[in-house]
Amino acid sequence: MQRKVSPDPSNKVYFFATCLIDAVYPDAGMAAVNLLRSQGVEILFPPDQSCCGQPAFNSGFIQQARTVARKQIHVFSKPYPIVVPSGSCAGMMKHHYPELFAGTKEEAAARDFASRIFDLFEYLATVLNVRLDDRGAPTTVTWHSSCHALREMNVVQYAKALIGQLSKVTLVELERETECCGFGGTFAIKQAAISAAMVKDKVDDIRRSGASTLLAGDCGCLMNIAGAMAHGQLAIDGKHLAEFLWERTNGQ
Amino acid sequence: MGSKTSFDFDSNIDTALNDGQLRKNLRNAMDILVEKRRAIFPDSDQLQQLRAAGNAIKRRALKKLPQLLEQLEAKCTANGIHVHWAEDTSQANHIILEIMRRHEASAVVKGKSMVSEEMHLNRFLEAHGLEGVETDLGEFIIQLNHETPSHIIVPAIHKNKDEVAAIFHEKLTGTPYTEDVEELTAIARRTLRERFADAKVGLSGVNFAIAETGTLLLVENEGNGRMCTTVPDVHVAVMGLEKVVEKLSDVPPLLRLLTGSATGQLITTYINMISSPRKADEKDGPKEVHLVILDNGRSSILADPQLRQTLLCIRCGTCLNHCPVYVRIGGHAYGHVYPGPIGKILTPQMEGLEKAGVLATASSLCGACGEVCPVKIPIPDLIRRLRYESYDQEAAAVVDGGGYKKNFAETMVWKGWELANRSPLLNELGTRVAGAMGNHLPKVGPLKQWTSVRTAPRIARKSLHQRLRDEGVNHE
Ligand code: SF4
Repeated sequence: MQRKVSPDPSNKVYFFATCLIDAVYPDAGMAAVNLLRSQGVEILFPPDQSCCGQPAFNSGFIQQARTVARKQIHVFSKPYPIVVPSGSCAGMMKHHYPELFAGTKEEAAARDFASRIFDLFEYLATVLNVRLDDRGAPTTVTWHSSCHALREMNVVQYAKALIGQLSKVTLVELERETECCGFGGTFAIKQAAISAAMVKDKVDDIRRSGASTLLAGDCGCLMNIAGAMAHGQLAIDGKHLAEFLWERTNGQ
Repeated sequence: MGSKTSFDFDSNIDTALNDGQLRKNLRNAMDILVEKRRAIFPDSDQLQQLRAAGNAIKRRALKKLPQLLEQLEAKCTANGIHVHWAEDTSQANHIILEIMRRHEASAVVKGKSMVSEEMHLNRFLEAHGLEGVETDLGEFIIQLNHETPSHIIVPAIHKNKDEVAAIFHEKLTGTPYTEDVEELTAIARRTLRERFADAKVGLSGVNFAIAETGTLLLVENEGNGRMCTTVPDVHVAVMGLEKVVEKLSDVPPLLRLLTGSATGQLITTYINMISSPRKADEKDGPKEVHLVILDNGRSSILADPQLRQTLLCIRCGTCLNHCPVYVRIGGHAYGHVYPGPIGKILTPQMEGLEKAGVLATASSLCGACGEVCPVKIPIPDLIRRLRYESYDQEAAAVVDGGGYKKNFAETMVWKGWELANRSPLLNELGTRVAGAMGNHLPKVGPLKQWTSVRTAPRIARKSLHQRLRDEGVNHE
């Protein structure tokens, strides 16, 4: 695994919660914070942070996205790395913020901000070089790659490498691991029928894997897939990988 | 919203999603095409280099487009090819009609050409008492069944073998029912041979037009393209104006990308390079060659530096094959000639947002299309751009019909979202209220759509903000 260095030597990181973790999955957020802290990292959590702006950006409301992006750039202005427990939000901030401010006087700040963005699992695997000690019972899991972790951030390998470190966890890959689950933010509402067909296929794939837990690194996908599994009364757990890793290594 | 949309996208989607046979046919076919492409590009670094080269070649061509088109015209003319310019599809159709009338042709044998579909040429000819005869096997099948292509490379991909067998049996008088593929192909060949023998005019598309030499390059696998371009006395080639490239040496990388991406082939069975009509000492070939260069909105697409990238497209169709939406709804649901990801960006620009902007909503922005596009068109970025133009937020929109979706309710939703997400107090309040309401959020509007197949998200009692504040996290 290629080692990466933190842009700041102080061992402090900013944590960007993402709006979904903040409101719906705070346990996953706490688990991420605990994982980082267990590696001796000090967490900085600017309270004025909010959403990365992706929902508006993807829906065609670029001005509104820009205002919200500007806010994050101000809130996370010190030179610490920004660790994000979502490949999708990380992709937005790393790749689309510079675009949003291209050609303006804020471009340099947006670029600096973008250069400090790390996906949580990328940070754990490449900067912190974590070694995980699995204290859980044997279990079989499967993994869903979010499209943006896969194609924008290119960080899926790190998440899977971390799962691979867990000695009593068997990872069964999905037949169509790289196919979108149908979330796509407002797509799930604006094209509800197509989205429903996509998540149905994803759930079928998960069921066929025989896994008892579905792991993901993005709460958007998780909300979609776990929501569909629960709706279909499937006894498969959907969990953010941060939460899973923390439970397994902390002996819970 | 979207009331002027020229087709009923929702009902098309519904029909397709509920057609089990169609879904199965598409999934099987797309899996095969995806796998073939993967196998032909085994080395991902090499593929990335090749894509970068393809992108650079097409970019360079677009940059010099007016000059290259002039050069192409001059070279073709010097080679004895008649060059015609068509601003729109009606002009292009009339040019072909005039050529056919001059040669007293009642039918034209056609090789596969998406531009001729864009022109709705067959329908136009029919209205003038003439006939367009499709000779590509897939096109032949769907023409028999009075359908349009559902894919830009494999037009009858929505049909399986049994369905084709039934169509042949039903539509070709005296044909016994058979599911044997060889047999079916032989039947098509026999039927078409007669048409080739009688035809006075043949028509083809163009994959690349080379300005430097005035050469029209055409790839195909069935030999019908070669028949259309050599057997009749007159050959008419139709192309969109973005098909021109600068030099002969630009072709090999593009060809490798095209055939690899389209059908997973290293090379197609036939590569036709047409550079003139029959010469005095030659025994065969057409006596007359025409090239119709169609604009149909392309030059206005060219004017915008971001949207221009749409014209890099070499029509390989691989974005369709990899699209999770296309594989579920198929080409016909899009209601226009170009389906799938390329259709989502091209059609609204050609037809205007009011008529076709809704196509841009049919994407989860998963990025699978952009990842495989051999000329690196950032399709998701262009979809986002069209969504933006649909609401026309700040400046005058570039695409025709910009702002067609602008509406108070949706704008207010996003303004509210903006406010909440830039003001920490409001943000916190929102999360708290939702948290306190827990699972008692009213299931109306978006939540109703959501909960038809999923449980509603559970808002946590305490947000991460609150939890970290309670434990006194540092925020410097
Ligand atoms: S947009 Fe790209 S992938 Fe799609 S047809 Fe055109 S060249 Fe092929």
